[in-house]
Amino acid sequence: MAFLEIANLHKTFGVHTALHHFEMEIERGEFVTFLGPSGCGKTTVLRMIAGFESPTRGSIRLDGRDVTHLRTRQRKVGMVFQSYALFPNMTVAANIGFGMKVSGKTPGEIRKRVDEMLELIKLPSLGERYPWQLSGGQQQRVALARALAGKPQVLLLDEPLSALDAKIRVSLREDIRALQRELGITSIFVTHDQEEALSISDRIVVMNEGRVEQIGTPSEIYNFPRTRFVASFVGTLNILAGHVVDPANGKMVVAGQEVVTSHGLNPGDAGKQRVLALRPEAIVLEAPVVGRNTLAATIEEVDFLGSVVRIRARARESVISLDVFNDPNRRLPERGQPVALGFSHENLLVLEESPA
Amino acid sequence: MKAQSRLGAWIAMIVGSMYFLIPLIATFEFSLRMRRGTYSFDAYSVVLSDPRFQASFSYSIMMALMTIVVGVLLVVPTAYWVQLRLPKLRPIVEFITLLPLVIPAIVIVFGYLRLYNSSSILPLTGNSRATDLLLLLGYVTLSLPYMYRSVDAGLRAVDVRSLTEATECLGAGWSTILFKVIFPNIRSGILSGAFLTFAVVIGEFTLASLLDRPAFGPYLQLIGANRAYEPSALAIIAFVITWASMGLIQIFGSARASGRQKS
Repeated sequence: MAFLEIANLHKTFGVHTALHHFEMEIERGEFVTFLGPSGCGKTTVLRMIAGFESPTRGSIRLDGRDVTHLRTRQRKVGMVFQSYALFPNMTVAANIGFGMKVSGKTPGEIRKRVDEMLELIKLPSLGERYPWQLSGGQQQRVALARALAGKPQVLLLDEPLSALDAKIRVSLREDIRALQRELGITSIFVTHDQEEALSISDRIVVMNEGRVEQIGTPSEIYNFPRTRFVASFVGTLNILAGHVVDPANGKMVVAGQEVVTSHGLNPGDAGKQRVLALRPEAIVLEAPVVGRNTLAATIEEVDFLGSVVRIRARARESVISLDVFNDPNRRLPERGQPVALGFSHENLLVLEESPA
Repeated sequence: MKAQSRLGAWIAMIVGSMYFLIPLIATFEFSLRMRRGTYSFDAYSVVLSDPRFQASFSYSIMMALMTIVVGVLLVVPTAYWVQLRLPKLRPIVEFITLLPLVIPAIVIVFGYLRLYNSSSILPLTGNSRATDLLLLLGYVTLSLPYMYRSVDAGLRAVDVRSLTEATECLGAGWSTILFKVIFPNIRSGILSGAFLTFAVVIGEFTLASLLDRPAFGPYLQLIGANRAYEPSALAIIAFVITWASMGLIQIFGSARASGRQKS
């Protein structure tokens, strides 16, 4: 039995359906990220796990206990908010110790735990400061310590890095991950930032319009997106239209040229149109090689981005982007130059339709 | 062009100041003339040593403090709940809280007398303690527009939803949320409402007079009708109390603003 089981969760607000039949199992100690654009339902799921919203249908079981209709304070969840939500009238130490004070712990126990938490978040000398005397990153560390101080069963993080500047975001997300590993606490992280999700998670749930598009490890999500939405939301991607010729051997026609895919064609697909995806970094400029796909194209644009050069080439109606590392000793192709774009059969992905 | 507009602003300010200050200075000057031929604070000492002044002023202060307590306990949970759970009701609640500004106190007190007279089923005017309760509720009603707006402004200045949810996650119930988190963080709003309520209650005449309670307002009227210099002294005292209340609002308001700037 999984540590956190979410079964058939459904949520409507009036006539608007915010979440369609969300199903998921999360293991103890796992770090799961809900990733998607604004309004995709990721925060709604998190808020239902926290107990701030009641599901219209479905159930949530935490460590074998049905918590679907329990109040937030009965669930033993810790939460970190985008806006920090520190109590402005209390010091850092009082903020961290608040939950323990509410649960009736002695002042000695509270002081000991607060000191431990301050050490853990690397702010041991700031216990007597007030939230407004701290930077944004420090405030979010304190919020994290406050959420963890009461030893919750699940840690929920609702876009905790969104209000911080880029440099602090990177360092704090590394610290959050390190803390989570150290404490072994089951964590759910909500973000719309794909880089954040890929770097921090054991598993990612990609959501769109209240539905789960795909659940998988960061590598699975990035390398093998199942739907067009996942492919386009996570990283940059070339979307190509392909005509299935020989599904048994994975043969298709793209831009009038034959290519082979090693993924996802069914015998009944013969003669059908399918949507294909190809990562820019999976394509190389090379002479045709046996056992690899090659598309003849013409260079349209060359953008120098520093360490990477992004090239756009046209093969009939399809515009294909590819990334090559900058090499000062190599001559870049010029606009209008005919080139061969090479890529492996495995890198040509056949996408499914998004779940309806 | 710029100099012209600045001159216009100065003229407007001087005229406005004269409009407000001349009657006030004249009243103050008149209050000092009790002793013939010289200025003195005799009128003030007569007023301050009058047992009726002390009794009525103490009564009004007590009523003001109780009005503040009842008003805060009524308004803070209401405004909090409206902001957190029932934002669609905000216009209705705001309309209700504005009613005391458009319905004169005389209408309210005649309503009370009709509903709670000694021959009604709830004869609150039948004894002085019950009438005090009626007066207290009347004061709470009169101060509702000021208290609600001050508290609502305080609530809007903090992230009520996140604070509430954070507190709930930490295991707290509603009383802890309200008294340990919400009240302390809207303290300046509550204090602003409290000082305005204090100023309203101290100077209120209609309710206290028609309910026949020994408040400061009716005492002011009584002295004004029978004495020459003391009413001016009392008017200045009432002004000072009001200004002190306004000054305290400013102090707490600016303290809140500077605290927020730092954060």
